[in-house]
Amino acid sequence: MRLFNIFEQISNMNSKFHALFHPAATRAANTSRLARLAQVPRVWLALAVLLVFNIAFTDNFLTVQTFNVNLTQVATIVIVALGMTLVVATGGIDLSVGSLMAIAGTLAPLLFLHISGPGGLVAAFVLPLLAATLCGCFNGWLVTRWRIQPIVATLVLYIAGRGIAQVMTNGQLQSFSNPGFQWIGTGRVLGMPVQVILMLVLVALVAWVLRATLFGRYVLAVGGNERAAALAGVPARRVKLTVYALSGACAGLAGLIAIAINSSSDANLVGSGVELEAIAAVAVGGTLLTGGHASISGTLVGALFIQLMRYTLLAHGVTEASALVVKSAIIILAVYLQRRG
Amino acid sequence: MQTVREGCEYLLQMQHICKQFGGIPALSDASLRVKPAEVHALIGQNGAGKSTMIKILTGAYLRDSGDITFNGATANFTTPQRARAAGISTIYQEINLVPFRSIAENIFLGREPRRFGLIDWKRAQAEATRLLAGFGIEVDVRKPVMECSTATQQMVAMARAVSVDAKLLILDESTSSLDDREAERLFGVIRQLKAEGRSIIFVSHRLDELYAVCDHVTVMRDGRTVADSPMTDITKMDLITTMLGRALEKVILPAVQSHAEDDAKAHAAAPQAPFLDIEGVSAPPKVRDATLSVRKGEKVGLAGLLGAGRTELMRALFGADPSRRRAMRIDGVEVDLRAPLDAIRAGIAYLPEDRKAEGIIPGMSVRENLSLVLYPALSRRGVIDRNKQDEVVQRFIRRLGIKIANPDQPIRELSGGNQQKVLLARWLCTNPKLLLLDEPTRGIDVGAKAEILSLINELAREGMAVLMTASELEELVAAADRVVVMSDGSTTHELTGGQISEAAIMTAMAHDPA
Amino acid sequence: MQARKNIGILCVLLALVAFGTIRYENFAGTYNLFAFLRYNAMFVLVAIGMAFVIITGGIDLSVGKVAALSSVVSALFSGRSPELAIAAGVVTGGLCGLLNGLIIARMRLQPFIVTLATSLGAYGLALRLANNQPVDVSWDTWFTEFGQGDLLGMPIPFLIALAVFIAAAVALNYTRFGQRVLAVGGSAEASKLMGIDVERGLVEVYTLSGLLAGLAGTILAAQFAAGQPNEGMGWDLVAISAVVLGGTLLSGGVGSIVATVMGALLLGLIFNLLNFENGLGVFNLSVYWQSVIRGAFLLVVILLQARLSRPRSLA
Repeated sequence: MRLFNIFEQISNMNSKFHALFHPAATRAANTSRLARLAQVPRVWLALAVLLVFNIAFTDNFLTVQTFNVNLTQVATIVIVALGMTLVVATGGIDLSVGSLMAIAGTLAPLLFLHISGPGGLVAAFVLPLLAATLCGCFNGWLVTRWRIQPIVATLVLYIAGRGIAQVMTNGQLQSFSNPGFQWIGTGRVLGMPVQVILMLVLVALVAWVLRATLFGRYVLAVGGNERAAALAGVPARRVKLTVYALSGACAGLAGLIAIAINSSSDANLVGSGVELEAIAAVAVGGTLLTGGHASISGTLVGALFIQLMRYTLLAHGVTEASALVVKSAIIILAVYLQRRG
Repeated sequence: MQTVREGCEYLLQMQHICKQFGGIPALSDASLRVKPAEVHALIGQNGAGKSTMIKILTGAYLRDSGDITFNGATANFTTPQRARAAGISTIYQEINLVPFRSIAENIFLGREPRRFGLIDWKRAQAEATRLLAGFGIEVDVRKPVMECSTATQQMVAMARAVSVDAKLLILDESTSSLDDREAERLFGVIRQLKAEGRSIIFVSHRLDELYAVCDHVTVMRDGRTVADSPMTDITKMDLITTMLGRALEKVILPAVQSHAEDDAKAHAAAPQAPFLDIEGVSAPPKVRDATLSVRKGEKVGLAGLLGAGRTELMRALFGADPSRRRAMRIDGVEVDLRAPLDAIRAGIAYLPEDRKAEGIIPGMSVRENLSLVLYPALSRRGVIDRNKQDEVVQRFIRRLGIKIANPDQPIRELSGGNQQKVLLARWLCTNPKLLLLDEPTRGIDVGAKAEILSLINELAREGMAVLMTASELEELVAAADRVVVMSDGSTTHELTGGQISEAAIMTAMAHDPA
Repeated sequence: MQARKNIGILCVLLALVAFGTIRYENFAGTYNLFAFLRYNAMFVLVAIGMAFVIITGGIDLSVGKVAALSSVVSALFSGRSPELAIAAGVVTGGLCGLLNGLIIARMRLQPFIVTLATSLGAYGLALRLANNQPVDVSWDTWFTEFGQGDLLGMPIPFLIALAVFIAAAVALNYTRFGQRVLAVGGSAEASKLMGIDVERGLVEVYTLSGLLAGLAGTILAAQFAAGQPNEGMGWDLVAISAVVLGGTLLSGGVGSIVATVMGALLLGLIFNLLNFENGLGVFNLSVYWQSVIRGAFLLVVILLQARLSRPRSLA
């Protein structure tokens, strides 16, 4: 039941965000609730339809277990997608997030397995995050200083980043059991998994930053019309560098969570395919890939929708393989609809 | 080349053309008539409707009403391909060639000569060389076009048009990036094409050139054709007068005008030190040597024809483009403005000419657009103070009379006039001391124009230094205390007080500096 | 300009070959040479297809998984008849490419996200058809010869790659199709105004990329005697790196098939040298350094391109 509260909270948050980011809803602020319902973004409706379908046709859907499983699986994607949303809002893209997850996820065990005690634990949280953020700064540097297209700039770490992680461990799996560290992946607070709480907190935080801070407004201005923003005194280069750094930080955090959940870190696999998942969540959620606009709530719902779609298919006997085909079609459809209007 | 069908006096006839965009008329009863083997000039200021007319002719737009006949037959060019196929070729100012590809490749793109299924480059290159030699140009046709001068690129585009046997060539502002020698060569080519029986529509703002090469001229203004005459029957002064004509309603002007008279008297009484003082500013390629000054409370108008370098000068002063100068002083202090942020800190504000490309952030609301420059002052430790922002936004909405339902409306839904007011408010709320206004009344309705001009007056009375440009000369005459005329990148004349009149400005623009 | 770039890469290639010959026994022997050519033929094919796509200013991130899908399809048909298997593999790739092209050209969506999505779909399809495991190729026919055999003393995959290379180089420079590709990449807008069917050009290059990926996948199945749904990871990056190394700008408009192929060979050579180095046991450079080195190469090339890049517009 607690989970329903959460969805309601999300719904409230979304109404507020919605009002700010969707002009149509703003104009309707004074009209009836029914009229407002008609302007709810498509992805919310899609999610709602999917939820209803599952409640009706999937066994054991309305259980705490199911919600936990789904939210847990989606938490890391959402965290990465948050950083991705910021980058996309400035008109860019970050393909390196999966590899950055690998770097962070590989560095952490190396630290807490070799440095004992609380020192090792702190290092295992701080240093990987720092490393991932620095990699993000590198991406940002290529984009701003060298004016390299974001897709090309982030391609470098996409290729080399995972290699760095692999080299650090020589491709070996690192298995561990460290409750202190793993709390981030397996711990619970008030019955909810820690990473889900982290996810929700970060969602709220990033949404707030976009809405209420100077930096957030600058991100949207730069993405909306960089020339106009620069002429208005906005430090466009600094803003862009920062969003790539933040994307790196999010990826780093997601990497730590991912290995904590699995009690192991395999440089070859951590974060594999995550860049597509994150971009898909952002696109399906309604954030325009051309920049100038960002819907954090949309990203969250987009990720939930994709996750739920996968779950639904699996629960009804569709193989993982076919689910991939469905997913690919959804992504294309979502991006196309986004372009249309 | 096929000759025009017998019995047709005109190769091209466009009559009663009307075209609206979203309810705003771009063309109302415009016409254009070109004879075969004629070089026909098409002139008019920004927004007069020339480019819309051309786009309709070449099939890029569809007209709302009107008739077009070309080469003796009714023409309904619904797509650019149809226009091309009928024999109309356009050479744009932004040359439309593929940059990395060579001259020969560009000339024959899509129609490369083949032998046994593969492209015969020898033949293509020989033919390309021959075409260009016919224009008096010797160049290696294997060179990528981007390595060629603009003049040569134009020749390449024209060679392509000839190779597809165009009957009508449209040259759109082709001489704006050419020097005199290159322009002369272009004219030679035009004369040759005319001798071959082709017709040319020559769009240019350099009036002297028209007399060098054109037979006939059509002048457009406010979406209409206002003159259609042989070149020999119309003087340059007449051309300018017809082009710039009356735009503002007489009823609004007197109010603004009398303010200007008051201000002029006030200034004559108490001269002050200049707030902005520049000497020898140059910002290649457009600005060569600009010298002027603006005092506090003074409105200086910057006049000049298209391409004179007014916008580029303003951008250079704002630090948006790199520039060199002998001296630049703000309030008596020597400054070196490298970036817009420096200029903003020095108290300078800049309202760009192109609202859409450089002004508004389309996805954001009025509130956000208005606060954009002021944001740092509205935030405490990175967080925006909503109340402060609301207060400022409301205050300026009221002050400028911006008509909106609520400040969270997206700015792209506003009319041009209201958008401009928001942009003006964006700067005014930062309390600037110098306003650089580039065409502040462009593309907005008459009512809003008057409001903005009257606001500028008010600001000046309160001590603001203003440097502004305006294509509509009446506005400059009415609003400015002093007028600086620019020509070809340099400031050439200055008119003060009683000297200012449309005729005087036009004369200054038409003549080279003494 | 391109000639200078080509000579540059050639020098690097020759230098590496010289280095390898001196340092490692067996490096310059026919065994290694043939194995190298046989294996890298697949990457050369994919790189050629990618070159065409990149020249138009696009990118094809689906080539790896399309190759994997094609390998599965051809493996499934290998028992019936090798000709059918080869055709099926190539056509599968072509259809995927056609789908990419149509979506990108007609629906006007960005290539990277479209091809990223279709790669997912291709992967899913591959897994489905293969039941999540490698599909054994039938030994009853000469299908495996296609990948493992020799003709006129040279490995068959190498000969195929050679033929495709020649055809591609000719096509790019001597056919209207090639001119279309180069024009669209140089300036889609200018091309359109000059009457070029930009949409058709785009559909053509993505289909070609798919066909070549399909061919590569078929060779993969034949060479390793199994259709492998999980192969193809990273192929797109190898291809992109090869293209970029060859001096083709990622922004499109210029490109050389010769340089691309040399770039592909260069990347393969690095891998080859690394293997030998490990065999020597002096340094133990694990195979994982590959990605790092490839990434570093890409970085250097991108930075150089950024430095030397000219303005795109003419005005």
